[in-house]
Amino acid sequence: MVNLKKDSLIIANKKFNSRLIVGTGKYKSMSECAKAIKLSGAEIVTVAVRRVNISDKNKPLLMDYLDPKKFTYLPNTAGCFNSKEALRTLRLAREIGGWKLVKLEVLGDKKNLFPDMIETLKSTEVLANEGFKVMVYCNDDPLMAKRLENAGADAIMPLAAPIGSGLGIQNKINIQIIRKQTKLPLIIDAGLGQASDATIAMELGCDGVLVNTAIAKAKKPFEMALAFKNAVLAGRQSYRSGRIDKILMGNPSSPSKGII
Amino acid sequence: MKKIKKIKIKINGKIKSITHDSNLSLVLKNLKIPLNKVAIELNEEIIDKRKTNKIKLNKNDKIEIVHFIGGG
Repeated sequence: MVNLKKDSLIIANKKFNSRLIVGTGKYKSMSECAKAIKLSGAEIVTVAVRRVNISDKNKPLLMDYLDPKKFTYLPNTAGCFNSKEALRTLRLAREIGGWKLVKLEVLGDKKNLFPDMIETLKSTEVLANEGFKVMVYCNDDPLMAKRLENAGADAIMPLAAPIGSGLGIQNKINIQIIRKQTKLPLIIDAGLGQASDATIAMELGCDGVLVNTAIAKAKKPFEMALAFKNAVLAGRQSYRSGRIDKILMGNPSSPSKGII
Repeated sequence: MKKIKKIKIKINGKIKSITHDSNLSLVLKNLKIPLNKVAIELNEEIIDKRKTNKIKLNKNDKIEIVHFIGGG
């Protein structure tokens, strides 16, 4: 049996046991978010940087529900549409608590939410030079993925499909090509809709998946969180077990010798 | 009694009146901002949270106070 306990995910020299990264957005409440995340077994959670509500000082804080000492907060630049905004956001995020591990996401279109790869590449270079450990949300283009790697990215995070679309992996071939060309952690980010999508990502050889909407907006988020946890484990174990070759014709499972 | 001079500054997009000799530390204390959970910008420059008592505020200063919230 594959010993999954020894199979850690290493990002920027930090070891993680879970290969599922989850977002903290779109939940009905902070307590629902915290419970779902605990059930998912995730150790890394993405968070957004936003203005403090100065008129309502008693508003609950994310940090009161998810202890930043127990979870690795991964500040994300979601909502940024150019390099300047993204850099400003991550520099502030670092200042909140000294986080260097960040997720860069520079969007290019408000409707399809595809990443603007020119701005993303530019930002990756700057952040890497400033000592950030950058996990980069990108499209599923192997050439761009290579450029990000050369620019100093610490993890490549191609989309499966548009953010929040729930469409699952649309371009398996590209993901496999990116897998072959890089030793960096490869994490599918965005577009997953159900647990089996995560299994497919892991079976393609990805190192992990990032899920938010599929769990937060499921009818039963707690059960979906568990489903994703199991799906990632199943996919990883399947990938490491070495699947059989695909053949066109049938091949009987019982021996033909000794048939009466 | 001498009238206290006030100046207007912007905090997170909202206009606030403060006494003209306030430093940033006092303003943050009045807003009950938990310093260990936020980052602060003064006129688009990140400031060192440990030195807020040394930062004097001027008319029309823009302060941004941010923290982490749920996101994908």
